[in-house]
Amino acid sequence: MNQAIRHSWIAAIAMFALIFGAISYVQVVGADELKANPWNRRAILQNYCNDRGAILVGGSAIAESVPGNESCKFQRRYNQPELYAGLTGYFSRSYGVTGLESAMDAQLAGSADQLFFDRIGQLFLGNQPKGASVELTIDPKIQKLAYDLIPDGQRGSIVVTDPKTGNILAMVSKPSYDPNLIASQDVSKEQAAYNAAIKVPGINLNPSVSGPTGALLAPGSVFKLVDTAAALKSGKYNADSVLPNPAQMSFPGIQYQLPNYAGGNCYTRNTASFAFALQQSCNTPFASIARDLGEKAIAEQASKFGFNSDLGDQLKLDYARSIFPSNLDDAGLAQSAIGQRDVRATPLQIAVMTSAIANSGVQMAPNLIKAVRSPDLRVIDEPKPVALRTSTTPEIAGQITEWMTSVVSEGIGSGAAVPGVEVAGKTGTAELGDGLNNSWFTGFAPANDPQVSVTVVMQGVDITAGAQLTSPNAKRIFEAVLNK
Amino acid sequence: MSHADTMPKPRRNVELLLLVLALSVSIGANALISIDEQTSLDTDFWFQSSLLAVASLVFHVVLRLRAKYADPVILPLVVALNGLGLAMIHRLDAPGDDTGNNQLRWTVIAMAVAIAVIWFLKDHRVLRRFTYISLAVSALLLILPLVPGISAGEILGARVWIRLGPMTFQPGEVAKITLAIFFAGYLSSNRDLIMLAGRKIGPMQFPRFKDMGPMITAWLVSIGVLIFQRDLGSSVLFFGLFIVMIYVATSRISWVVIGLTLILGGGFVASKVFSHVGLRIDSWLNAFTEEVFGRSPGGSGQIVEGLFGMASGGLVGTGLGQGRPNLVPFANSDMIIASFGEELGLIGLFAIVMMYLLLFTRGFRAALGTRDAFGKLLACGLSFAVALQCFVVIGGVTRLIPLTGLTTPFLAAGGSSLLANWIIVGLLLMISHTARGPVDTSPMQPGRTPEAQKPAPVTAAGSRQDRNTTQTLPDAPTEAVKHL
Repeated sequence: MNQAIRHSWIAAIAMFALIFGAISYVQVVGADELKANPWNRRAILQNYCNDRGAILVGGSAIAESVPGNESCKFQRRYNQPELYAGLTGYFSRSYGVTGLESAMDAQLAGSADQLFFDRIGQLFLGNQPKGASVELTIDPKIQKLAYDLIPDGQRGSIVVTDPKTGNILAMVSKPSYDPNLIASQDVSKEQAAYNAAIKVPGINLNPSVSGPTGALLAPGSVFKLVDTAAALKSGKYNADSVLPNPAQMSFPGIQYQLPNYAGGNCYTRNTASFAFALQQSCNTPFASIARDLGEKAIAEQASKFGFNSDLGDQLKLDYARSIFPSNLDDAGLAQSAIGQRDVRATPLQIAVMTSAIANSGVQMAPNLIKAVRSPDLRVIDEPKPVALRTSTTPEIAGQITEWMTSVVSEGIGSGAAVPGVEVAGKTGTAELGDGLNNSWFTGFAPANDPQVSVTVVMQGVDITAGAQLTSPNAKRIFEAVLNK
Repeated sequence: MSHADTMPKPRRNVELLLLVLALSVSIGANALISIDEQTSLDTDFWFQSSLLAVASLVFHVVLRLRAKYADPVILPLVVALNGLGLAMIHRLDAPGDDTGNNQLRWTVIAMAVAIAVIWFLKDHRVLRRFTYISLAVSALLLILPLVPGISAGEILGARVWIRLGPMTFQPGEVAKITLAIFFAGYLSSNRDLIMLAGRKIGPMQFPRFKDMGPMITAWLVSIGVLIFQRDLGSSVLFFGLFIVMIYVATSRISWVVIGLTLILGGGFVASKVFSHVGLRIDSWLNAFTEEVFGRSPGGSGQIVEGLFGMASGGLVGTGLGQGRPNLVPFANSDMIIASFGEELGLIGLFAIVMMYLLLFTRGFRAALGTRDAFGKLLACGLSFAVALQCFVVIGGVTRLIPLTGLTTPFLAAGGSSLLANWIIVGLLLMISHTARGPVDTSPMQPGRTPEAQKPAPVTAAGSRQDRNTTQTLPDAPTEAVKHL
């Protein structure tokens, strides 16, 4: 019996050996992995009260740490909160970290490798940890102008970039929110603000699903720029090509008929040149190009412009990949070619597509970060412009630019015309049903030496409101950037 | 070996010294927390500390009077564990919560009951007379939570609580003890029969089918607890308790093989048939998948948060009151081990686990030392139950095995668990008293007890083994009556 008791004891000891092993694994061996887990809120809470670096725009802080109350030495404050909420995100005890606060956390918190010696210094001098500041490429005047151009209560986004560098000069969307309320350190107030915010449709709480980087919208006719590039690249079409332009297009075996765009002068001709088809945004010429070239050619050109692709590491913000669907039937391909059906693009995607045309076919990686500075103002990171991919040839880009210029000078994009400047542009009206559309304008100026590209989208508007809110607003941004 | 060496020593002064050490650990922990929470050392602190100290010293005095040869290490170990638990529960109390004081009340009640057990029972062998009453009581205790009117309903997925006025109580905790008494009584009476009959297959001797009765009963009880009370932890505990006791009674490894086969088979079927078991296993295996993490109820959020806490504790811990164990659900009960891991680190948690190891080792020591089969079985069963319970809980928290709803003995918040475990301590102290005390000089009746015929095992602690060779018959029921 005593032998069996000893054996039982050994069994118990064996169980405890396993426990000792398991504890060692969790607390030492696997601890780093657990600490790095994105669900782990402890890391956020750990530096929640630290003095984080500021996020700067044009030299002034849009997010900064200010002295807090007794329980927390520092408190995050957002200046012009609604204007910049889509970029900064929030740094909240209850809801975690989003936006640039999350993407640049290592720099802002001061834990990035480049800040190693600063940390050592802080350790010995006993200072509160202070993170690096992050300066953005945003131009505060353009940002404010763009934001105010979207009427309150209207869902929409505006993206302004420098096509030569990929730098984002303004990126706004409405509806927006006040991150101060979600990062107030008062849990019940944070919850109330958050719960109110998530009820607002399209609010830019999460850049990967809403706002300029995340909202996946039907691009409508702006997608015709992809068809045009694909057509010219195929060699089957050139500037003199005559395109079929029937009022409707029918498909074998089905009832559906694809109509031409009702708003312009398409109905006046049965055939069209590229220039005319783009100027009036006729549907059937591009549908026929797509049917002629096939799905593969259109999809290939779409991905060269950034559809179904990544947008580079420079952006830092989370974003959604724009979508050009696959395995389309005949009618589906025709509808996709005019940016309907299941084609989806973010406002940022349309902006980088247009910028690639403006930049002789070279697509620059969209970039938000101008510089990262250590607490002693030493520059520790300064992103250089990075070419993301070649979207098309300089010749094709030049040809498309010429036609886009005529869209503004002679076609339905005339609202964007700026006196004394050649503006290239393309409008789009993606039908949502019930007479409502996503109304787009994308373009750049000056056409011969592009300094700025502007992409405007207003969601859920009728034809009239769409026309008023897109091209004319783009014009005001062109003027503001070029005349400053 | 001198005569003085073989004389039994009470060792009560050693116990007093260790008790002072244990009290200073637990009161010190409480003081650290009080200082950290800026409540300073208020009247609450002094009241709680002195109550714990007085209760422990009273227990000590009772041992001096009634069981002066009891193991001197057991009481200090348990006081230290209970005191640390009190400190942690107090630390985790949100403002307005009263879990800490409630736990203190239960500690005093549990110690009083354990003292009463020692005072009135005088000798554990009396319990043998209650073998079948214990079975009846066990059955009653296990059925109570299912009886409408008394049952507190389903709490957190399990039906293991009953309502007693304003309080809830978990009768299953006490059933652990009564079942151990029944198994010990039954097996000590019938072990010869079970042991000798049977068929030999290979190296193992398998029991006759009709001797499998108690095994089947225990299995059915365990499965019943699993099905009707949905309490996986208790089910495993009851069955483990029985396997160890029948193994110790018969020294047949075949029982262990049969038992493990039954429990693994039952467990496998249960995991397929009952969703609550399947969910436990799923949230153990797939703890880090998004779907399982967010699932409620039955998700892995609790385990994963606990792992995050332990990882953040690392080797030395954050320090008492410095971590964030409150992020873990049930931080003061099911997950209290994770709370200790976070704040005391690997080193502190090892110390706590080591205390459990010493505790059950002293229990096994009492089982080896005592001369009656009933006492051996009871001490061994109860000690193993404590070890198994620790293994199931800590293994669950560290994701070594699926997490079940068992409580950590002495540490976790919960009155029923404290009460049951203190009664176990009382019984172990009593058994160790007879094990270490002077031998009864009743007439020798050689050759009746099997273990008395074996040569005494050679160990370093020779004094108690020597007494085995006196070949008394302490197992005889008459002796227990004589003591009364």
